Amino acid sequence: MNTEELHQIAIDEQTRQRQYKHRLFVCMGTGCLAAHSDQVKQSLEAEVERRELKGQCQIASGGCQGLCVAGPMVTVEPQGTLYQHVQPQDAAEVIETLDQSPIERLQDRTTESFFQRQTKVVLNLAGRVDPERIEDYIAADGYSALLKALTEMTPAEVIEQITASGLRGRGGAGYPAGLKWSTVGKARSEHKYVICNGDEGDPGAFMDRSVMEDYPHRIIEGMAIAAYAVGADNGYIYVRAEYPLAVKRLGLAIRQAQKHGLLGNNIGGTSFNFHLEIRMGAGAFVCGEETALIASIEGGRGVPRPRPPYPAASGVFGQPTLINNVETFANVAQIIARGSDWFTGIGTEKSKGTKIFALTGKINNSGLIEVPMGITLREIIYDIGGGIPNDRSFKAVQTGGPSGGCMPTEYLDIVVDYESLQKAGSHMGSGGMIVMDETSCMVDVAKYFMEFCMTESCGKCVPCRVGTAQMYDLLNKITHGEATLDDLAMLEKLCGMVRATSLCGLGQGAPIPVLSTLRYFRDEYLAHIVDKHCPAGVCNITAAERTTA
Amino acid sequence: MTNVVTLKINDRDVSGRDDETILEIARQNAIFIPTLCHLDGLGDIGACRLCLVEIKGNNKLLPACVVVVQEGMEILTDSPRLAEYRQMIVQMLFAEGNHVCSVCVSNGHCELQDMAHTVQIDHIDLAYQYPKREVDASHNLFSLDRNRCILCTRCVRVCDEIEGVHTWDLMGRGIQSQVIIDMNQPWGTSDTCTSCGKCVQVCPTGALFEKGKAVAEMTKNPAFLPYLVSMRESKKSP
Ligand SMILES: Cc1cc2nc3c(=O)[nH]c(=O)nc-3n(C[C@H](O)[C@H](O)[C@H](O)COP(=O)(O)O)c2cc1C
Ligand code: SF4
Ligand code: FES
Repeated sequence: MNTEELHQIAIDEQTRQRQYKHRLFVCMGTGCLAAHSDQVKQSLEAEVERRELKGQCQIASGGCQGLCVAGPMVTVEPQGTLYQHVQPQDAAEVIETLDQSPIERLQDRTTESFFQRQTKVVLNLAGRVDPERIEDYIAADGYSALLKALTEMTPAEVIEQITASGLRGRGGAGYPAGLKWSTVGKARSEHKYVICNGDEGDPGAFMDRSVMEDYPHRIIEGMAIAAYAVGADNGYIYVRAEYPLAVKRLGLAIRQAQKHGLLGNNIGGTSFNFHLEIRMGAGAFVCGEETALIASIEGGRGVPRPRPPYPAASGVFGQPTLINNVETFANVAQIIARGSDWFTGIGTEKSKGTKIFALTGKINNSGLIEVPMGITLREIIYDIGGGIPNDRSFKAVQTGGPSGGCMPTEYLDIVVDYESLQKAGSHMGSGGMIVMDETSCMVDVAKYFMEFCMTESCGKCVPCRVGTAQMYDLLNKITHGEATLDDLAMLEKLCGMVRATSLCGLGQGAPIPVLSTLRYFRDEYLAHIVDKHCPAGVCNITAAERTTA
Repeated sequence: MTNVVTLKINDRDVSGRDDETILEIARQNAIFIPTLCHLDGLGDIGACRLCLVEIKGNNKLLPACVVVVQEGMEILTDSPRLAEYRQMIVQMLFAEGNHVCSVCVSNGHCELQDMAHTVQIDHIDLAYQYPKREVDASHNLFSLDRNRCILCTRCVRVCDEIEGVHTWDLMGRGIQSQVIIDMNQPWGTSDTCTSCGKCVQVCPTGALFEKGKAVAEMTKNPAFLPYLVSMRESKKSP
């Protein structure tokens, strides 16, 4: 496949699409599917059939719109009307009114700001391409960046663009992508690998899942560009087995790309070869850690090893390996296509572009959002998220998953970027954002995350294996009103020690939820310990325990 | 190609090759760094974290057993902070298992016991976990008492790297981790085990021992390992 052929596919597809007067996209994301969007699609198809509108009206599958609670969602193009909570029995009315004004009943004005305040880069085709058709992606300029890189740019120029864009890793640490790429590029070896980290194990996180399900080709294109830039000829997409739809769509996309000569040997008629395979993880959180992930791909037990050497020097099978997150790769094609200047136009000084968050917890519009770096927490929670339900008041927001921190009201106006979240005692993480109100007990929250780390610890190093269990027991004691101030002192001591001595990020990060809640909500810990009372009324401290204490 | 480098350990100027670890250089210069998972002759994994050292200009503590030296490195092998962390690690190991020295075959010859003396702990501040762990006495020569296992994985490594058999492995995660034989079966039923006894000799505690040994009778000698390894290497390179 060369540039002209790709262009031809795009034109053919666009022509095909223009034949239709109306195109309806039924969301086939996991959330909407769970609300039976497949049945909605079937009845829409039947309705079109019945009215003999097949040539004029297309019923297609689309990707996630983010507001999964309002599913099943249907987008009507070209008007761009978005219907929520569509049921199979609404099909007749939807088709009936295609040329009239939209059905009020299926629209919800209160969620308008949810969509308007976002900036979609990675998710910009949401709902308007069929993830299972490569033609749809090509018609939306897909793979043109890859061919541009292969035919018009040297590997060094590609790395230069990525470096200039300021793109940072979206998997948690925010490591500059350009720097990582150039390190792998410089490594000398006959074979190099590119890995996409799609293990996404943070509780409640579904950012990468959505990107893999809806934009499999965007990830493949980003990885192929990366492989060209660093000189790799093989790649793996590591997806957790709990994401069957992502696995299916990525597999399909790989086969389609191979068929179109966009993966395999002599890509785009050049001498560039890139072979891509899927590897499935078996549900261990720690396998998202890069060295554990590599061990898992090699067929070993998924446990981390000390770095250095970093994967860039010695990764899969001892070869130099570039490993980036799903969302990181999903940004690449557009940076190459539109140029780094476009990308640096979004975001703050040190954090460029957008970030996808899974907004959950005590919030009206929970769902998947993509926002520009530099937006404030307040804008996310009140404008996009629609505030806290039931007239309750905001208490804290947690970012960064099980190694993240809770930020109280004073921090609502900080901007969301890598540096300021870190300064507030949390971090960007991979995109989990949990909102808490006055009914959340911060000790209980800390305990929840510690339990997660304890059960997910791989058990290799002593501080994390034993320390997380010890800290969990102490937190448990506190929430049961059985702890003393000595226990609290020991908890703090353990936090510092486990953080400083653990082998990998799991252990190093495990104390952070405790440390951050201690920093902002120490009085709540003391209430449990001294007054034997849970201010939020979550912990079950019985009267009996109170008198014996 | 390796280069020679000079560096500082505890303010002393020392030299080394850039493929040698901090631990190797320290030992060559009679500078003590506590270790447990490390054993001369086995591959290092950096798991026990006792050998963590401070390196100037690096805010992370690094394991001396795996980190190789670099030109100009300034290393501190002891500090109040390191001493406290080392004490806590040893305490964690005692609290994690069921270590009852008075009835243990290795009493008096135990590396965990010795380490408690080295880092100077005389009591445990942490809550004992009292886990329920299984004993395997099905092998005709050796026994495994998981209550005394500190999960250093020396047995796993010696069986894999030196004996070339890989009878031992790990199962489970976190605090539930345990060493297993083959597909988690009684040792006596293993058809890979060659009964060479290397695992017993490298085990730092009384978790692996020879049958017939009474309290405090089990001494171990892992010193054959580096010898074995160097003999093999010399055979390989003529
Ligand atoms: C315990 C642990 C779990 C992790 N899980 C993930 C994950 O699920 N997805 C991911 O992309 N990165 C994860 N990471 C980070 C990876 O190790 C690695 O830094 C990342 O994939 C690099 O990609 P990036 O530079 O594009 O962010 C995890 C790290 C740790 C310590
Ligand atoms: S920090 Fe925890 S997860 Fe990481 S290597 Fe140590 S035990 Fe395993
Ligand atoms: S001896 Fe280095 S970590 Fe155990």
